[in-house]
Amino acid sequence: MLALKSLYQGFRDPKTIAKLAEMIAIEAAKCSEPINIMEVCGGHTHTIMKYGLNQLLPENIKFIHGPGCPVCIMPKERIDHAATLASQPDTILVTLGDMIRVPGSKGSLAEFRSKGCDIRPIYDPLDTLAIAIDNPDKTVIFFAIGFETSTPMTAVLLEQAEKRNIDNLLFHINHVLVPPAMDAVMADPQATVNAFIGPAHVSVISGAKVYRPAVENYHMPVVVSGFEPVDVMESILRITKQKAQGVAELDVQYSRAVSEEGNLAAQKKNEHFFEIREDFRWRGLGPIPNSALKLSSQYAHRDAELIYADRLPVKEIDDHKACQCGDILRGLANPKDCKVFGRGCTPESPLGSCMVSSEGACNAYYRYNGV
Amino acid sequence: MCLSIPSQVVELHEEEQSVTVETMGVKRKVSAHLMPEPLEIGDYVLIHIGFVMNKIDKADALQSIELYNEIVEKMAAAE
Amino acid sequence: MSNKMKNKTVQLSHGGGGKEMNALIQDIFFSEFHNPILNSEEDAALLNLSGETAFTTDSFTVAPIFFAGGDIGKLAVAGTVNDLAMMGAEPQYLSCSFIIEEGFEVAKLKTIVASMRQEMAKSGTRIVCGDTKVVPKGCADGLFINTSGVGRVLHKGISVKNIKQGDAIIVSRDIGRHGAAILMAREALSLESELTSDCANLWPVIEQLIAANIDIHAMRDATRGGLAAVLNEWAVASNVGIKVEESAIPISDEVLGLCELYGFEAHDLANEGTFIIALPQEIAEGALEIMQRYGHCENAAIIGTVTNEHLGKVVIKTPWGSNRYLDLPHGELLPRIC
Repeated sequence: MLALKSLYQGFRDPKTIAKLAEMIAIEAAKCSEPINIMEVCGGHTHTIMKYGLNQLLPENIKFIHGPGCPVCIMPKERIDHAATLASQPDTILVTLGDMIRVPGSKGSLAEFRSKGCDIRPIYDPLDTLAIAIDNPDKTVIFFAIGFETSTPMTAVLLEQAEKRNIDNLLFHINHVLVPPAMDAVMADPQATVNAFIGPAHVSVISGAKVYRPAVENYHMPVVVSGFEPVDVMESILRITKQKAQGVAELDVQYSRAVSEEGNLAAQKKNEHFFEIREDFRWRGLGPIPNSALKLSSQYAHRDAELIYADRLPVKEIDDHKACQCGDILRGLANPKDCKVFGRGCTPESPLGSCMVSSEGACNAYYRYNGV
Repeated sequence: MCLSIPSQVVELHEEEQSVTVETMGVKRKVSAHLMPEPLEIGDYVLIHIGFVMNKIDKADALQSIELYNEIVEKMAAAE
Repeated sequence: MSNKMKNKTVQLSHGGGGKEMNALIQDIFFSEFHNPILNSEEDAALLNLSGETAFTTDSFTVAPIFFAGGDIGKLAVAGTVNDLAMMGAEPQYLSCSFIIEEGFEVAKLKTIVASMRQEMAKSGTRIVCGDTKVVPKGCADGLFINTSGVGRVLHKGISVKNIKQGDAIIVSRDIGRHGAAILMAREALSLESELTSDCANLWPVIEQLIAANIDIHAMRDATRGGLAAVLNEWAVASNVGIKVEESAIPISDEVLGLCELYGFEAHDLANEGTFIIALPQEIAEGALEIMQRYGHCENAAIIGTVTNEHLGKVVIKTPWGSNRYLDLPHGELLPRIC
């Protein structure tokens, strides 16, 4: 039986990484134009920066770090929603770990917690069920975040709450979708992205099929990549080969985990429990139509956004004037171009979305910047 | 954040629709609610926030690793 | 005279200064910690210290109180003993203050005190004075312990400011175990593993290094903030650059697994029985052998060198040649780990 370690060590092998770098250089030399690759997913940004992969690539290949970090793209006014809900009497707000660090306009959820609000960061959405069962006299609100990867888990939580009649559990849905974000990036006429590294785990759930429109509309390669450094390097090689041959195709490098169709059972749950929301504002990118989800109308009785509508702030809150996240997310600027990068804006006190969590471009640059 | 190491199924808990997985010596119980077919002991799976997302195709993974080894050896021979 | 603790749990009266407190102190503390100085029961301990003396203090609020590989008692002794040892000082005497929450189980207290006695025996350390307080329910999380320690300095000159260019950096064992063990022990994550904390009294191995006249420039145990914190503090304090090889840093599979699962870096996780030395390159191998052979540090390894580049920073080199800064960890990684 295969030892677990040997299963993933192969995808981290230093010799393989070095050889792939050589092969990339050979293919890149055949390309007359620069190759500007956007990795949409924050996990890929993390891999690239942590393993220093950008240092191994030739001059004409550049990374543009995309908006694939669900914590980073949460607009301040919605963080204020969470704080407002948490401040209601006899209420427990539950959310995924990273979310509590991000400041809204009046502070972060961690700060509200230190002032006495009952805010609980968790790793597993199903823990929320136990919290709701253990606190029958309180209202428990699950502040749901994440891309397509996390949405089915919220669906299961909702399913269980309905099945087991756990009536004190409500939801505030902030799930977002990847393909509309890719469209928003490409919509800017100044966008320089000409290839995509498709997200790994979003694709496990949604299937590679969701990127076909992007390949067709923008005539650029989309290679769905795994998270390990060898995966990313191989994906870059495949992109570079496509560029050298002048083709634009959808390719799945992460074939051990991603199929064309994806996890249909998970998709079915998403379709049943959620509907697409017409409007949603992404921090840094602005409003993107049909890019986010809300609870299906049949579950309105659990929708905290409807139930507390009279109390939730509606005013849109913009970021600091000096923040260049919008340009960075579109590939028009580099974190180091931003005047406040590392000065007024640091991981401890982020001014904009890209600095907020370890998957944001500015945060990754700040912490892992090559020497 | 997404974490990429596959885990291995070591125990089944059919009544609860969950399984116990092991990753590098760490065991935990995770939900199998998103898996259309039942899992088996020994399956390699990807976990995300406490749920099994899918199975890893072991043959595909091994094939990839073999391919990488070939690339390395070929280049080494050419040097 | 019957001075036995009759209760199963600690009551407020046990902190009152009267009969009940006497019973607590005699039956639970003195029965394990007894030595001539403590037994004299004066208002203060009289010590005969000569020469340069090291003095340190630490408070212990770890949650959970019992974890794989130790408990708050073992930690309270090892933590302070190690701080003295890191200065090349023999850990001779400790003070010990308990702040006990009303309702704390006596059986648990006895177990903790026994842990402390066992840990002290490894270095010949003695508790010579102490204090006991009992606070109302809710005013402390079970049990808090403070220990202060004194001891004569046997190897002088060990300092964070003493690191020289060209020095080698040695780590005594695989890193991140304590932080990982505490994380595991916290029910909320419901994990199972064989992993144990590295919590340990380091005096025995330090004593070996001192006895062998190893020229130690700097030495520190890597507690909160992990390996990353120590190396960064050193780089700044001595105004040097430190370069480490990622592949040389020993990390156990279990810690690696946990880090993979939760997105942590092992070099950010706490340790309670792992130390780092900066010493001249020429004697590094010799020191390593002493640590491995006589100090039970089988996983000790040379992990890097001190350079004159990127002063004040730590650079980590990956197995495939790229470099990045190894920064101080930040944020609420794991609260109340020690």
